[in-house]
Amino acid sequence: MTEEIIIAGFGGQGVLSMGKILAYSGIMQDMEVSWMPSYGPEMRGGTANVTVIISDERVSSPILNQFDSAIILNQQSMDKFESKVKPGGVLLYDGNGITRHPERKDIKIFRVDAAEEAARLSTTKTFNMIVLGGFLKIKDVVKMENVIKGIKKSLPERHHHLIKVNEEAIKRGMEIVYPVKN
Amino acid sequence: MRELRLMKGNEAIAEAAIRAGADAYFGYPITPQSEVLEYLMAEQPMERTGMVVLQAESEIAAINMVYGAAATGKRVLTSSSSPGISLKQEGISYIAGAELPCLIVNVVRGGPGLGTIQPSQADYFQSTKGGGHGDYRLLVLAPASVQEMSDFVKLGFELAFKYRNPVLILSDGVIGQMMEKVELFEQQPRVTTFDPAWTVTGKPKERERNIATSLDLDPYRQEKHNYKLQAKYKAMEENEVRFEEFDCKDAEYLIVAYGSSARISQKAVQLARAKGIKAGLFRPITLFPFPKQEISALASQVKGILSVEMSAGQMIEDIQLAAAGKVNVQHFGRYGGVIPAPDEVLEALELLISGGSK
Amino acid sequence: MNLKDIIKPENLVYSKTPLLTDNVMSYCPGCSHGTAHRIIMEVIEEMGIQSETIGVAPVGCSVLAYDFMNIDMAQAAHGRAPAVATGIKRCWPEKYVFTYQGDGDLAAIGTAETIHACNRGENIMIVFINNGIYGMTGGQMAPTTLPGMKSSTSPFGRDVATMGNPIKMTDLVAQLPGTYYVTRQAVHKPVNVRRTKKAIRIALENQKLNKGLSFIEIVSSCNSGWKMTPVQANIWMEENMIPFYPLGDLKVDGELVKK
Repeated sequence: MTEEIIIAGFGGQGVLSMGKILAYSGIMQDMEVSWMPSYGPEMRGGTANVTVIISDERVSSPILNQFDSAIILNQQSMDKFESKVKPGGVLLYDGNGITRHPERKDIKIFRVDAAEEAARLSTTKTFNMIVLGGFLKIKDVVKMENVIKGIKKSLPERHHHLIKVNEEAIKRGMEIVYPVKN
Repeated sequence: MRELRLMKGNEAIAEAAIRAGADAYFGYPITPQSEVLEYLMAEQPMERTGMVVLQAESEIAAINMVYGAAATGKRVLTSSSSPGISLKQEGISYIAGAELPCLIVNVVRGGPGLGTIQPSQADYFQSTKGGGHGDYRLLVLAPASVQEMSDFVKLGFELAFKYRNPVLILSDGVIGQMMEKVELFEQQPRVTTFDPAWTVTGKPKERERNIATSLDLDPYRQEKHNYKLQAKYKAMEENEVRFEEFDCKDAEYLIVAYGSSARISQKAVQLARAKGIKAGLFRPITLFPFPKQEISALASQVKGILSVEMSAGQMIEDIQLAAAGKVNVQHFGRYGGVIPAPDEVLEALELLISGGSK
Repeated sequence: MNLKDIIKPENLVYSKTPLLTDNVMSYCPGCSHGTAHRIIMEVIEEMGIQSETIGVAPVGCSVLAYDFMNIDMAQAAHGRAPAVATGIKRCWPEKYVFTYQGDGDLAAIGTAETIHACNRGENIMIVFINNGIYGMTGGQMAPTTLPGMKSSTSPFGRDVATMGNPIKMTDLVAQLPGTYYVTRQAVHKPVNVRRTKKAIRIALENQKLNKGLSFIEIVSSCNSGWKMTPVQANIWMEENMIPFYPLGDLKVDGELVKK
């Protein structure tokens, strides 16, 4: 099994940390992983993306331009990555701020309105975990117990009290994700 | 117990330096390698092992601090990225001339000049042919994974002391910034004995004074010194060639690539095999010494070689020398910080097979 | 009475320190380097710290200082001695580390390394030989060449309007919080030799106590570069160099000396 994932959105949305948790979860499941960010002067507000690969085998290229799954969190990323999903692959997006919705017919499209949900729950910082939950519901590449271990490894100890909140956010994401007919 | 971590290549360099028993790190911030210094400062290695970490006023100062510490027999390293490595060249030439061991890490970015902060492999010539002034070589290790970033720090120190020569880890922005699973090696003790034959530690009564220098105004003695250096580089060529092969046994077409390009090319080989093309990948791990004989042997076996580099074609010259006209060698590369995707490499391979060229 | 009768232990009034080698000094007759070398080595001998001392030699006339100083030494690239010394001292905080640099080395190409080593307060001694000229390369203008002074690259005299002003590095580094002892001395007369030797002793004692950086400028002559006899050079130095670079302590025990 090899899952090649692109996560893309604005800097500050937690794109990179979501990828890191996913990668760490893979390690906890005894799999090979790579996490390759776009880097540069892109902090809050700029675009940020990260390629995460989880595999039973040694990962070859950490750089890809075709993905099994794309997790898309803003319009620029939609424009850039919709076409890069392999036929039959998955595109998961948050509808917030999306003006042109995905149009491809040869891929599976899902939507998780995580920004709205995070605002409703007044826990905006768990936005990316709601998205992650939505993704794991569609693609169970890693088990929930390993995700929790992954979060534990990714967070500095002083933030370990937040594990519970994150876990709940992931579960919430699993509940609210839905397929889009195309 | 296996200690697994998800780490950036740059962080792995830093952690490995502490664990390899390094005595000192001197550096200066530059993207995309600043995490090395940041990680070290946050780890407080003085508390962990007694290792010194100092942010110097420039790359020039940093490499000269390395020179000073290396002259005393300490295990010392520095890291930088392309423009900073250019600044260090004077010091590196002095270190090579004075035959001092040290470790230098270059997380290469696009150039020339200030260039870009994105990954590149355009410092191959600088790294493998000398870099600064004079006839000297660095022993160059090219990691292709975060694991190797860690492992090569330990290996690099061993080789540096074995040959009393600077060792360069030639990485790039991909390997530096990417996170992968790393199995960390156990903490090594810091060295406590210093070779009285050459280390500058203060002259006791019972031995002659030691001098770390690259100067000899007498050209005949300087020539003799150069012969000695050349003999050392020859010994490296005989003993230290390292490489890795994927699907080379039955390959009809060969890709030669190092570092992150090798990773990308490995995927291209998988894609090619899926299409029925008998492709293989040869990855030089040491760029100096270059695996000439192995490539020469493969050149007799295959119908064509594609050199894949994130440069305008530098390593290809060494491949062509090794292939010695036995087979067509073509270059594929992206420049200035652009990373090629696996399917671009496959396209270039198919072009080579069809007899075309760019 | 023949030579044999004279060379007897009881007649010994002065000898060369064993910390200077028996190599024939390559410096020009009249040059200040020989005296400066000797007194540094004498202090190291008197303190009994030969096995604890590491020197850093520069680029310039004194590039071969290690031919004469019988201690462990590292030769540094041009201007980089304070960085090399930093690397050594940080790894060996108990050792005595010093640099020995000329004006081109310290005040031109090595300005950044000098300022930053001083500012960090590295526990080292910097000995700064200022003769206002590049000696080894054949008498070119130095950062410390006086206004109007002739050199091979200022053949009509240093024109400060186009060639810039001489830089007073010692005054400059005295202002930095990392320096503990800053002084300007000379070695052209016995009284100055004694004062300079005392300054070197103070600097090395400071180092033992981890006080910070000690900086000793030695205003020197370069009769060859200045195209003078040794005696003329000393007179010229007194009349021109010393008024511009006045002798005395600038900073003692971390406090600026009030004029």
